[in-house]
Amino acid sequence: MAHVESLDAELQAAYEPVIGLEVHVELQTDSKVFCSCPTTFGAEPNTQVCPVCLGLPGALPVLNRRAVELALRAALALHCTIPPECKFDRKNYFYPDLPKGYQISQYDQPLGVNGWLEISVNGEVRRIGIRRVHMEEETAKSVHVAGGTHTLLDFNRAGVPLIEIVSEPDIRTPEEARAYLNELQSIMRYMEVSDCKMEEGSLRCDANISVRPRGTDVLGTLVEIKNMNSWRAVQKGLEYEIIRQTRLLSDGEPVVRETRHWDEGRGITRPARGKEEAHDYRYFPEPDLVPLALDPAWVAEVKATMPELPAERRARFVRDFGLPAYDAEVLCADPAVAGFFEATVALYPQPKQVSNWIMKDVLRLLNDAGLPLAATPLRPEHLAELCRLVDQGTINLTVARQVFEEVFANGRAPAEIVAEKGLAQISDESALLKVAREVVAGNPDAVKNYRSGKEKAMGFLVGQVMRATKGRANPELATALVKKALAEQQGQE
Amino acid sequence: MSGISPRDIRGLGATDIAAALRRRELTSVEVTQAYLEAIGAGNAGLGAYLTVDEQEALAQAREVDARRAKGEELGPYAGVPVAVKDNISTRGLRTTCASRILENYVPPYDATVVARLRQSGLVVLGKTNMDEFAMGSSGENSAFFPARNPWDPSRVPGGSSSGSAVAVAASLAPWALGSDTGGSVRQPASFCGLVGVKPTYGRVSRYGLVAFASSLDQIGTLTHDAAEAAALMGIISGYDPADSTSVPEPAPDYPALLGREIRGLRVGVVREGFGEGVEPGVQEALRRALDVLAGLGAVMGEVSLSMTTYALPAYYVIAPAEASSNLARYDGVRYGLRASNRSVTDMYGRTRQAGFGPEVKRRIMLGTYALSAGYYDAYYKKAQQIRTLIKNEFSSALQSYDVLVTPTAPSVAFRLGEKAADPVQMYYQDYFTIPVNMAGLPAVSVPCGFSGGLPVGMQLIGRWFDEAGLLAIAHAYLETTGWHRFRPEPAVSVAGEAR
Ligand SMILES: [Zn+2]
Repeated sequence: MAHVESLDAELQAAYEPVIGLEVHVELQTDSKVFCSCPTTFGAEPNTQVCPVCLGLPGALPVLNRRAVELALRAALALHCTIPPECKFDRKNYFYPDLPKGYQISQYDQPLGVNGWLEISVNGEVRRIGIRRVHMEEETAKSVHVAGGTHTLLDFNRAGVPLIEIVSEPDIRTPEEARAYLNELQSIMRYMEVSDCKMEEGSLRCDANISVRPRGTDVLGTLVEIKNMNSWRAVQKGLEYEIIRQTRLLSDGEPVVRETRHWDEGRGITRPARGKEEAHDYRYFPEPDLVPLALDPAWVAEVKATMPELPAERRARFVRDFGLPAYDAEVLCADPAVAGFFEATVALYPQPKQVSNWIMKDVLRLLNDAGLPLAATPLRPEHLAELCRLVDQGTINLTVARQVFEEVFANGRAPAEIVAEKGLAQISDESALLKVAREVVAGNPDAVKNYRSGKEKAMGFLVGQVMRATKGRANPELATALVKKALAEQQGQE
Repeated sequence: MSGISPRDIRGLGATDIAAALRRRELTSVEVTQAYLEAIGAGNAGLGAYLTVDEQEALAQAREVDARRAKGEELGPYAGVPVAVKDNISTRGLRTTCASRILENYVPPYDATVVARLRQSGLVVLGKTNMDEFAMGSSGENSAFFPARNPWDPSRVPGGSSSGSAVAVAASLAPWALGSDTGGSVRQPASFCGLVGVKPTYGRVSRYGLVAFASSLDQIGTLTHDAAEAAALMGIISGYDPADSTSVPEPAPDYPALLGREIRGLRVGVVREGFGEGVEPGVQEALRRALDVLAGLGAVMGEVSLSMTTYALPAYYVIAPAEASSNLARYDGVRYGLRASNRSVTDMYGRTRQAGFGPEVKRRIMLGTYALSAGYYDAYYKKAQQIRTLIKNEFSSALQSYDVLVTPTAPSVAFRLGEKAADPVQMYYQDYFTIPVNMAGLPAVSVPCGFSGGLPVGMQLIGRWFDEAGLLAIAHAYLETTGWHRFRPEPAVSVAGEAR
């Protein structure tokens, strides 16, 4: 199929994509879901294994209660109904990364059903339904050795607890899909359910997508897209598939019901090979586990100890700190960032100023460094101190930015850096006047321009003072003193 | 050194050996040696054991003797040897399930029951032969060699715990562990003249028992008499947090409850036990046994279990369905046989083709079919509904009666090869035992005489978790009749007995 770039407006108006997402999230428990092996990421291969997670003959699963609690948290945060009882089933298929030849999952009695979350795209808030949240176990990790002669398996990952979150087909655009994933990630992080790192595989996303003529409510032929391993891939994969299916429909061609893989290199989706198609998983109730009673008292206890949801926090930031909705959204996307904001405001009660610092500088530096906030030495005390140094006139904003980069890099106190590097603003009138006089004397052209009414020349002269003081001059004082020096010069003439 | 000859040691039985060890008239090494010698001489002819770990067994025996010499507090059965069915995981000791696919598999861990045997100081002699993956009723499905009935080596010992039954019957072990999914402890016990206990589902931990049909499997005991059964049950029973289906209750003190009163006990004779499929010799032995129970003061009545007819077909949906999934892990990836390296698909196909025997393949196919899309409701779901009805029927019968009685098997031991060609005929061997597994109830097969020189077994079925009640009846019955005192003629001469 030819490469497709975009759809013209007419086709876009005529056809509507219908998208549902299936998201797998690894739960951040200390031990695996059916054995007591640790779940530390990045350990030496096959060191966190036991008879249970290796699927040795005779080994039996025992459900990790903590995993259930985290799954419940996730389901409750997504406004799901929790049934009084759920059960586990075996999903049977052969694959080398599946030690038992079946995955313990939940089929017809999941842990949570009928939930929703809200997304906001271009200022419009939409509610996306959550069909179900169920628990299952992670598979081992296949490592394909270069050269393609063999594959290595790391069973450290086998048995790590997962939840699968299945949305209703309520999503209409790739942007909405992205917003849905962002919100989901945010919720999972807030609930301390998962770190949701797509690059480490702790969040994975498959999509079901069909296209139909706008205005109908019949569903088109469903295509499943797999192997979208980044946020960008999800967006690109959906965009590609919408175009492909829309073109087929407008040409009167049928869409084939199939599973397709996103090919990152070629930027296309392509049909998955035959055996990945049409699995008959032969689900049946897992006889090694008893049905799991979800006692309402237990569920209530889990609910009572749940952290605040991102939506709640956003609303609180607007209400209590008087922040614009946009600021609240940016700050609250990551609970660590939101927490940093609140801790800083507690020390330095100027919310908008703190918000500006975080949105402009903190997030930029984090993004450049590719690090989570917790991995940097930056502390709320640092930012509060820096803001105060600016307020007190000790440093100006330009210097503050430089100091902040250093604080971010090595975690030293801003006042210490300012003192050590002699960055304190020069507010000493006599010293600055001396500099101003030299600048006025040394730039006759600019002085001439200023005198002939070109106000811009003043900016140049002040800039020269700043330059001479390496930016440490108090800008207002510098302006006043340049004016004073100019007046002196005129008096002498 | 004691004055007891190896032959005499083996004639003592587990209880008396334990007593002699406690009185220090024997050492565990002497006892273990006596059995190892007997195995060395007799196993080739009978095929009871697949693996015998002489060195390790003697090391364990020496350890128990040393601890006893130091005056350490030991369990009452410390130093007594035991045989373990080869589908129960033993750390460092090959566990094959009598299958080519696990021919060289050595578990890195002990099953919970094995750990409990070791804690009690029992000495594991070796691993016993069986029908491959516990699928069979004759022992002929062993991938290596069939076990033979010591009462007549041209006949089968029953199955699937064939080797465990043979080992005990031929005094190649004082007692043994088996597993019972549809009759695999009770039917060989019946064929070999032993007491076979199938405990309530959840009473004994399944952790480490290589799964055949998880919702039906239960580890049980094979012994000469009810007192030994009570003792061994006491060692292996009880809650295990590693098995989610194990019942979180301590097991009762079985030996202490053996003397429970029989008089006034309500015994329900299951009418179907005298149906046309049951050999006259078996019926006759059973009738005499019922007379004995009546003579002991039991109140006899009759009950019909009409659902029994449907138990067999329902079992042959559920058990293969679970098996098809349980045996999926034998794929050549991590352990066991790997028959090809060409590609993943080729490895799966060739490994499973070469590794599984015909009966195992048959059941995997049956089960896969029953679980397939479009058939699930018609087969698996329907079978589960039947299972519920069977449970309900037993439940109501056990409200009127304390115990239900059937023959354990419809026949005595048949000849090797006699039923091998007809799987359905073979499946009928478990007609009376399967419903018990379907309901999760406890049952005991008790020797109740002979037909044509071959042992007959009576099955006692009790209420959930009432193994103690069943053992008390078995004990009273055997003490009265003495059927447990009979031993087969040694099939081959036993080393040392000439001394
Ligand atoms: Zn593990």
